[in-house]
Amino acid sequence: MTDLNALGLAEARDALRKGDVTSRELTEACIKAIDGASALNAFVHRTNDIALDQAAKADARLAEGDAPAMCGLPVGIKDLFCTKGVPSQAGSRILEGFLPQYESTVSQNLRDAGAVMLGKLNMDEFAMGSSNETSVYGNAVNPWRRAGEDTQLTPGGSSGGSAAAVAADLCLAATGTDTGGSIRQPAAFTGTVGIKPTYGRCSRWGVVAFASSLDQAGPMTKSVRDAAIMLGAMAGHDPRDSTSADLAVPDFEAALTGDIRGKKIGIPREYRMDGMPAEIEKLWSEGADMLRDAGAEIVDISLPHTKYALPAYYVIAPAEASSNLARYDGVRYGHRARLEQGDGITEMYEKTRAEGFGDEVKRRVMVGTYVLSAGFYDAYYNRARKVRTLIKRDFETVFADGIDCILTPATPSAAFGLGEMTDADPVAMYLNDVFTVTVNLAGLPGIALPTGQDAKGLPLGLQLIGRPWEEAELLSSAYALERAAGFVAKADKWW
Amino acid sequence: MSIDETTAARVAKLARIRVEPEALPALAQEFNTILGFIEQLAEVNVDGVEPMTSVTPQRLKRREDVVTDGDRQDEVLANAPDAREGFFAVPKVVE
Repeated sequence: MTDLNALGLAEARDALRKGDVTSRELTEACIKAIDGASALNAFVHRTNDIALDQAAKADARLAEGDAPAMCGLPVGIKDLFCTKGVPSQAGSRILEGFLPQYESTVSQNLRDAGAVMLGKLNMDEFAMGSSNETSVYGNAVNPWRRAGEDTQLTPGGSSGGSAAAVAADLCLAATGTDTGGSIRQPAAFTGTVGIKPTYGRCSRWGVVAFASSLDQAGPMTKSVRDAAIMLGAMAGHDPRDSTSADLAVPDFEAALTGDIRGKKIGIPREYRMDGMPAEIEKLWSEGADMLRDAGAEIVDISLPHTKYALPAYYVIAPAEASSNLARYDGVRYGHRARLEQGDGITEMYEKTRAEGFGDEVKRRVMVGTYVLSAGFYDAYYNRARKVRTLIKRDFETVFADGIDCILTPATPSAAFGLGEMTDADPVAMYLNDVFTVTVNLAGLPGIALPTGQDAKGLPLGLQLIGRPWEEAELLSSAYALERAAGFVAKADKWW
Repeated sequence: MSIDETTAARVAKLARIRVEPEALPALAQEFNTILGFIEQLAEVNVDGVEPMTSVTPQRLKRREDVVTDGDRQDEVLANAPDAREGFFAVPKVVE
């Protein structure tokens, strides 16, 4: 039998319900795997006592025949989610020592569904980054390596710890969040599945805010079925998030027919970027062939404003961040700088924020401050919001023309080496999100799943984009692609 | 539009982030790289386009104007770097 920590959610759930395994056994297997994986730096706060207590309760529920969707399944939680009494730092020094007095809605929903929390997962500081290198904990490491090399690779970001932990079987699944690609890019870099649902599907309450009009939580898992199970448990209306949608959550798993006959899958020509590596191009066309073979109709489409998505994002996201991060003032929680004689409140703010924020966060807060400042608000911020309207309209047009789903690459490359981008300018790192960021701007659901490997054996992923609120259909299409691709490779254990 | 050191210092001040004077040239340079990238937006014809306020068409919900939460002073102050006598404590604000 496979190691218990290597199971997916669906297999483990079925084994639990049959009585073949206990939640305690699953949880202990994961704890042991995490003990042996400090080289990956994925888990940054461990909660073994909570996990074992929750496992015992889950086993009692299972024995009584009361087994909700995630009952007894051990998962990791991204450090961005506030978890009651458990450190929640968003990967930042400024939240050192912060112990939330409340539980985020999404993690509470998972608790209510019986899930077991193993601990908190590494991430880029305030979810700002694509390589996990902006984390105060130091970067997480990708369990995958290039064939014959021992170069350490990034697991992607910002949900890099989540991706590394799932790929290395340290947990059965994990939560992530996605503002510009922070679930889908790390999923693609680690051969795992990640879905960013429609904006409003998961509550943002208790999730440390980065860019509120773009942030969405979602699951990171070992299969599309697992993503369907976990998204169902995370999602739902929450009166405490005014943008949370008051819509019923469908049974995503029941909708996984994988029958895509007659569906129209769009291939957007603007995503064929100059200088796109041949293996990404090949992966993409092979993915289209797989969907065609499964009975879908492949249609050439145009999303004309794609090119402007990243520049619009890098106005809107920093603008919202500069406002959201104004709360870190050294007064109510987190770090406060030591003050000199005669320092007043302004010095307290300035020193606290200089010490507490890392370079990328400072950069984005200041860019956001600039684009919102008097004289530039119209030229930058309002213009970016207008371009955002046009980007959303591009998608609305193709969906109105009958397109059910859109297929794109998930990332412009396989996972790159840690430190390789250190000398590049910040914009080079931003280009990682070129295929994913449009989806956040338009509020749509998008899923990344592994469909192939590059010449060095690293996983590569494709992205499917769905209509708003149609995650069930999107997951079913992804399920068809997953079955056709038959990706089963795992990273060789070196850690 | 190019950002000089004076502008970089002004933005840092507005953002309430202390930046040492010797770090200003590099910061201005980074701003210029990012703003150069953003500058592409000027190419887009946005005549008559409404700026997006909400990505999903929705009206903000309203609830009854009643107290729904409170009496949580200890929890509110639990994480404060400096709390005294039921208040957040800060350096002197008023002379």
